[in-house]
Parts: sequence; structure tokens; C-alpha cells
Amino acid sequence: MPSGIAVCRVFPAARGQSGPCSLPRPLSLRTVNSSRSAYACFLFAPLFFQQYQAAAPGQEALRCKILMKSFLAAFRSLAMVEKSVEKCCISLNGRSSRLVVQLHCRYGVRKTHNLSFQDCESLQAIFDPALCSHVLRAPARVLGEAVLPFPPALAEVTLGIGCGRRVILRSYQEEEADSSVRAMVTEMSIGEEDFQQLQAQEGAAITFCLKEFRGLLSFAESANLSLSIHFDAPGRPAIFAVKDTLLDGHFVLATMSESDLHSPAPHRLVPPLQAHSTPHLDDFANDDIDSYMIAMETTVDSEGSRAGPSIPLSPGLRPPCSPGPYSEDNDAEPSTEPGTPPPKKFRSLFFGSILAPAHSPPGPSPVLAEDSEGEG
Amino acid sequence: MKFRAKIVDAACLNHFTRVSAMVAKLAKICTLRISPQTLNFILSDKVAGGGVSMWCELEQENFFSEFQMEGVSAENNAIYLELTSENLSRALKTAQNARALKVKLTNKHFPCLTVSIELLSVSSSSRIVTHDIPVKVIPRKLWKDLQEPTVPNSDVSIYLPVLKTMKSIVEKMRNLSSHLIIEANLSGDLNLKIETELVCVTTHFKDLGNPPLASEDASQDRDPEQMAEVRIDIRKLLQFLAGQQVNPTRAVCNIVSNKLVHFDLLHEDVSLQYFIPAFS
Repeated sequence: MPSGIAVCRVFPAARGQSGPCSLPRPLSLRTVNSSRSAYACFLFAPLFFQQYQAAAPGQEALRCKILMKSFLAAFRSLAMVEKSVEKCCISLNGRSSRLVVQLHCRYGVRKTHNLSFQDCESLQAIFDPALCSHVLRAPARVLGEAVLPFPPALAEVTLGIGCGRRVILRSYQEEEADSSVRAMVTEMSIGEEDFQQLQAQEGAAITFCLKEFRGLLSFAESANLSLSIHFDAPGRPAIFAVKDTLLDGHFVLATMSESDLHSPAPHRLVPPLQAHSTPHLDDFANDDIDSYMIAMETTVDSEGSRAGPSIPLSPGLRPPCSPGPYSEDNDAEPSTEPGTPPPKKFRSLFFGSILAPAHSPPGPSPVLAEDSEGEG
Repeated sequence: MKFRAKIVDAACLNHFTRVSAMVAKLAKICTLRISPQTLNFILSDKVAGGGVSMWCELEQENFFSEFQMEGVSAENNAIYLELTSENLSRALKTAQNARALKVKLTNKHFPCLTVSIELLSVSSSSRIVTHDIPVKVIPRKLWKDLQEPTVPNSDVSIYLPVLKTMKSIVEKMRNLSSHLIIEANLSGDLNLKIETELVCVTTHFKDLGNPPLASEDASQDRDPEQMAEVRIDIRKLLQFLAGQQVNPTRAVCNIVSNKLVHFDLLHEDVSLQYFIPAFS
């Protein structure tokens, strides 16, 4: 689940057709982080469970909001769960207004957790992977190996297509104007052959939160699933999806827009991912730093790191398509939770709705809105 | 200035990775000196380091299958780079299953040591990991502070006990005191002592052996039972011991009474010298 989440919504019966022969609606778990830059949704088909009793079709969908911390506390130790839990029953007790999580363990031990919940409105991000111009799909293991070289503390990563249709992941570091200690930049380049699907043009790239991606990735690796990444122009949300016959998981993450990537800091750390940036093993073209040395020797100040000749910013990436009708998506949207300072730089991004133009709302409207009226 | 080198042998790569991990534990920021025959990791005794200094040396031909360098000038054929040791260590750790590793000096908007790793892959296409480690080129006028330290005339020279044992003892002692006295004699005895208001603890190591002394005169003058001691900051000793993940091939401790302790280690073919000054 994305980090920093405080709320989890459970829909025992969330969506689906209603009608006399309809299947029971799936269980859905959805959540969004405090800065509204990450959304997750997992749908579990009724067959995932041994027993599944949802609201009858036509009946009002059961929907509630639970504190994530409380819910996770019931499943505190995965090792403990795997070793000693035989059965887990989750039920909504309308009378006492509690979500009951009961773990039937070995030796007749039964652990019951009564979690209070709140009624809530629908939480649904409107996104359509099919509308994204670029798709990548690979076994989770491949992507897991791809992120291994990056430090666990790294916040953001840029994913893009480089020369020769190689998929490139590069660490993204925000350059602090006053810092004299630069960070190491790591880049991982994977061949097209490792991907089950690669529908993207060279130069396409997005920058998103690696920590949140790692969350879904570790789930996908443990379940041995393939993970697909659907993305569009920088600034538009990227959709990460896993799927098998019984479950369907989506993470929708905000990506950094062009204006965020080209910060005004005079010493930009790294040029944006360029189509020709794939390192070739025998490429020593950048060896020669003699010109740098000359400039440094002539300065009075012995601290050489800033005395180099100034280099103009590289032209960088052009978005594959013009901003179009969704430019309002990049407007800063004030947090609906006053007094909550947004922790990450994605605060100003708001992943807008990817609706067909005919349905797009007249002004910038929150897609994820706890306070929105009616169904999302 | 040019530098590029390549490692293809797995054992060499692992050894180099271990050396960089050790350096990362000993010095947060260090100087890498590149010369035609050797690579050195240097920490000079500036106040910031607390007076501790380190000189680690390896023969480049024991590691690299290809090695080319061009120093600042023909007379000064060396390159001095300042870098954050952990960056190099982390970069090398990602080369676990590497087919080849290349390191070169580059200028990507600022000077970098670029480590380029070709990983083994099940599929036909290889995977390439690249790390750009930012470095600061040290100007020639500062090189004089980064030369090999002269080995002092020590009062006692003794072989160290198993470092892991020493480390676990010093770790426990650290809870009791911030200073430690290390003393040794020419009869193979070494003691680690802490003295506080409440308690004194001494650990005795015996029969360690002493390396042969350089000059005959010195050995005749000194009473073999007489201890030479130096009082040092216990954290510095612990930091040094924590950096030794593997027991060295050879480990000697040289004590200059009340002045400094000099550790002279050999990890296979890599030499490490570490100087801890007396606590003032």
C-alpha cells in the first residue's frame, strides 16, 4: 500500500452490474495517501474467498472507512499468520458498528479484532489504462531486479525508453541549491527482450515515487505476477497494474510534470532522460576533463567543485503530445485536509481525471474527493 | 587527466568490493589517489577526522585487466579525487553478478567517477547498471598533505589478536568508558584497559608474538616486559575494528608511547595503515 496512508475503505460490494443474474460484487479495498498523489485499489473476486456473502444486488452497497493502522494490526506478523492462522473471517457487524476480523488459529485459539469504521462516500479515481499512450509489461521479478541497485531511501525514480528501445530507470535527485554534496546517480538499463510488452516510443519518460512503486512490486513478486505500467506525458498519472483470475490491483501514481523537472537551480544535477543516454560499454567519449582542470587551476578559490565552466542545460525531453485539455490537471489543488503540510514534492500535482473530453468537468475538479457528492 | 579501468575477474571484483566496504566504514569522505601502478584510499589527519589518518594501498594490476591513466602532467602523473566512500561501496555492491565492471573518470556537468556494470542476464540482452559518483578533483597544491605517512619509530611492535575477538571486547568496554588504554610489550603481551571512577577492566592477551625489530640496538635497550602505552578515544578504535570484516593476513600494532598507535594490516595483497593519535 502507498506509504503515509491513514484511511482504508472497504467495499464489500462496490461496483458491477445489478440485475437478476449478476454475480456478487467483488470486495474492494481502496486508499489514497495524504497528499493525494497516490491511489491504490484492489479488487477481490468472490471466488478468492472460501465463503463470500455480500449485499444482495439491488441492496445498498456496504461501504466503510477503516484506519489502516488498526486493520494491519490484526495481521501484525506475516510469519505468525502463515504459521498459526487456519482461517480468517471478516464481517461487518451493523448492530455494533464494527468491522470484525476474526483469526481462527491453531489449538482452538481465536483472535477477534473489532474495528470501528466510518461510513463514507465513494472513493474512486477515474482512470483508464487504455487511454495511456505507453505500456510496459514484465514479470515482477524483472522489475524487482531492476530496482535493486537503487538505495532503499531513494524517493523518486525516472522510468523511460532510451536508445535501442532499452528501458531505463534512473534515480531522481532534487538538487538543493545550497548543498555542496552531490548525490550519486544510478541508472539501470534493461533490454526490450526482458519485457512481455513494450509499447512506447524512445524518449518517453516519467518520474514517480519509487517507494510507492516498491510496495506494489513486492506484492506482485510474492504473488508471482506480471506488472504492467501504463503512462502518458509527464505530469499525467501513471497506472501500475497487476492482475490474475481472482484479483485485480491498481496503483495510480502522480508523475512529475515538465515544469517540476526543469527546476531553475543553476546546477541541475542530471539532464533529463534523453533518447541517446544509454551508456555503451565502450563509450569513453566523456573522459576528457582537461578543460575543467584548466578552469579550476586558474581560480583563486581552491574549492573546485563549483568553478567549472557553466554548461547550458540540455534541451531535455519534449512531451510526446501537447498538454491538451488536461493542462488544468497541473494546477495546485489545496489539500482538503487543512493543516496537513504535504510531505512530498508531488504536492502540487493532482492526478486529474483521464476522461474523454466530452465528459471532462468544466473546471479543475478533484477526482479523489472525500467530500464529493454521490458516486464518483 | 584520464582514467579508465576494467575488472573482469569475479574474485578480483569481490576483493575490490570488500576493500571499498572497509574504506567506507573507516572514512566517510576519503581521497582516491590514482597512479600508474597503485590505487590509494587516503584519509589525512585533519581535525575533522579527529586526527585519525588512513593509508590504504593496492597494486592495480592485481585487480584490473585493463588500466589506463593520465595524470595532471607528465611530472605529476597522478590523480587525486575526493569522494564519499559509501557511494563507491554501494556502487560496487550492485556488481554481485557482473560480467564486467568498468570505472572511468568522466565529466557529466561535474567530475564523476562512473562505474559501469554489465550484469549477467538470463535473456540474450545484457543489463547495464551505471553509477555516477560525484568527485572533487584535488588541486596539485594540496597533494603534499596527502602523501604516505612516515612510519614512526615505535616503542613496541606486536602482532594483534583475532580482530573479531578484540572488537567484541572493545564494544563492551565502550559502554563503560570513552577512553581506552592500549599497552603492549616485546614479550607478546597486549592489554586493553579502561579506568573509570567506579571500575577498572583489563583484558590481557598473551603470547601474541612480536615482529622482528628493524634495528638491533632498539631491542637491546628495551626491557621486554616493559609496557608501552597510549590512551585513545575508544570510538576510534571501534570504528577501525568494525571496518575489518575479514581477519587480515597480517596485523601488526605499533605503539609510540603516549603519542599514537599505528595499525599495519595486510588483507591478502591490500595494505592498510591506520593511525590513532593519543587522546589529548
